[in-house]
Amino acid sequence: MWAEFSLTHAWLIPLLPASAFVLISFFLLSSPWLASRLAIVAMGSSFLLALGAAAAVLTQGITVEAPFVMKTVWFSMPGLSVDMGVLVDPIAATLLFVVTLITLLVLIYSTGYMAGDPGYCRFFAFISLFAASMLGLVIATNFLQMFVFWELVGLCSYLLIGFYFFKVSAREAGKKAFMTTRIGDFGLLLGILLLQITFRTLDFAELAVKVPAYVAENGAASLTFIAILIFIGPVAKSGQFPLHVWLPDAMEGPTPVSALIHAATMVVAGVYLIARSFAIFSVLPGALTVIAWLGVFTALFAAFIALTQREIKRILAFSTISQLGFMMLALGVGSLTSSMFHLMTHAFFKALLFLGAGSVLHALHDQADIFQMGGLRKSMPATCLMMGTAVLAIAGIPPFAGFFSKDEILVAAAHVSTPIYLLASLAAFMTAFYMARLFILTFLGKPNPHNHPHESGLSMLVPMGVLAVLSVVGGIIPFAMGFGEWVRFGPAHHAGIDWAVAGASTVISLLGFALAWYIYGGGHTRSNDLTIKTGALYTWSFNKCYVDEIYQWFNRTFVGGLARLSFWIDIHALGAVVDNAWRGTGAAGSEMRRLQTGQMQQYAAVMLSATVVLVILLAALTGSLVKGGQI
Amino acid sequence: MIGLSHYLLVSAALFGLGLFGLLTKRNLIAVLMSIELMLNSVNINLVAFSRYTAADASAGQVFSLFIIAVAAAEVAVGLALAYAIYRGRGTVSVDEIDWLKW
Repeated sequence: MWAEFSLTHAWLIPLLPASAFVLISFFLLSSPWLASRLAIVAMGSSFLLALGAAAAVLTQGITVEAPFVMKTVWFSMPGLSVDMGVLVDPIAATLLFVVTLITLLVLIYSTGYMAGDPGYCRFFAFISLFAASMLGLVIATNFLQMFVFWELVGLCSYLLIGFYFFKVSAREAGKKAFMTTRIGDFGLLLGILLLQITFRTLDFAELAVKVPAYVAENGAASLTFIAILIFIGPVAKSGQFPLHVWLPDAMEGPTPVSALIHAATMVVAGVYLIARSFAIFSVLPGALTVIAWLGVFTALFAAFIALTQREIKRILAFSTISQLGFMMLALGVGSLTSSMFHLMTHAFFKALLFLGAGSVLHALHDQADIFQMGGLRKSMPATCLMMGTAVLAIAGIPPFAGFFSKDEILVAAAHVSTPIYLLASLAAFMTAFYMARLFILTFLGKPNPHNHPHESGLSMLVPMGVLAVLSVVGGIIPFAMGFGEWVRFGPAHHAGIDWAVAGASTVISLLGFALAWYIYGGGHTRSNDLTIKTGALYTWSFNKCYVDEIYQWFNRTFVGGLARLSFWIDIHALGAVVDNAWRGTGAAGSEMRRLQTGQMQQYAAVMLSATVVLVILLAALTGSLVKGGQI
Repeated sequence: MIGLSHYLLVSAALFGLGLFGLLTKRNLIAVLMSIELMLNSVNINLVAFSRYTAADASAGQVFSLFIIAVAAAEVAVGLALAYAIYRGRGTVSVDEIDWLKW
């Protein structure tokens, strides 16, 4: 009953938070209690609807091949007809569940975290809009509808990262996020246009039929190009190298926003886009290879940077980039199931990590350097316990959530390419190492006497508790219930553990823990030694491989150079034309005005002469003064 | 026999006199009077043409009546302006009335 209703009313899922946004921003900007409650109620209803939709998907036999589609014509003109509507299949249902759940928990957490903030109501309005955009993106039936919400997500990220707009760094970070993702959006838009030109449709279901036929007939070359263009969008949105630069800076937003961006909305949009259009990508081995290698490179690259970062949220940001690399790599090796599975488990433990980091920052009054923390396990036992759960989950220790999803990715990678598998395992090792480093430096060791931490309130701990439970069981329950039989592309994926791969990855993670304990377990001496010994490598990692600096150099040299050239042309070429035009007009005017003497008799004389001249001229033209020669 | 061309000659002579006065007289009143001469020469033309060539003889006469009426109004306005200028500037010489310029 409820499931049926949710499925046919799935359009309500994005609409409820969207209306919350409208109501808050028009009527409730000065009533914090009502604003936050309204946002939570709207999101909670969406969550219930999403649950119902997921139940309907499970019970009514809705599969990826036979999704639930409800659509109507959005606009049509000769040669172009675009629909809008709702598409619910197991992939979308998973995302709906994850997004609504994480957003709901983040909203509840924010009532405590953001308390007393002057932008409290604005915050809840933006978060609602953010979630609405993401949910709209998830249920889109075609590329254009998806693109609209895709852009809305980009806008909301700008608004929320730049939430503290009075801080220059926050403003800059918002701008950076917006512009970096815009680069990707440009590629995506080009890809969408080329798809429309090639296939005369943007509908996911129609494309799924037409693309394989097209490939069979014309080969994959041109489509691979289109697919790579589309992939540029997710590269920017999901923080893949080399467009990942905005993600670490996105930490400037309030911590709940970071949790939301990194776990549920925004960055997973890119992964979801590839998954949604997997019918296109799956028949293009060239594009898949690019995705897989870029994914594994990103996973490794970001993990390498995360090894040495000192700010707690920055480590988590690079960890997100790395984990997104894992998801992309999973898609690249053709395993949609493991990618979506990891997306879900990652959402649980990454949201928990961020909310935990927020709790720590809240307690330490925004002291972000993990080397200045230490010993927080005594003063913040609940946060410590839950962060520990999340660390175990992300490192992939059985039976925590991350173990199952990461294992599936590694198995899928091992089937396709051994080098990718080995590199991914290395990234997993680094993940375990830097997460353990974060945990040891923050919660273990001796307390820093300058800090006076206190445990966070219930409104913050309860959402974290829910996420902690999910980080424990969020992997094994879907695994046991046959996640791969529902969320899949192609033949059903039967759950099973490859003990060689799973054992190896567990050992690798434990080795990472052990190494971190060896280096950071006993004070800072060993880590300081290591910093000096690894010199250049450390500097590279600490400075994020200088990607930002390269961009800045590029920007200064080429964009700045072009701007200077244009400026010169503007001043000296175009400016000269315009200046001379006004100077000439002015000079001509000041000379010509002398003709106007004010002597009315002179005017009359001029008029007379002009008339005489005109008459003579007319006579000369017509041949005689009087027509007919008779007077 | 007096024909159309005689009337036209008289009218042209009158127009030439008016034009001459308009261009040469220094006194504003005299200039206005010259304009009146030119208007009346036009009236002669209208009446003459209407008598000799037009199918409906009354059209030209109606026009000239209109011109007389308009001329009367014009004189009223012109004389009022001349009077006002004289009161303000103490002169009716058109040479000196040249302040409507740059």
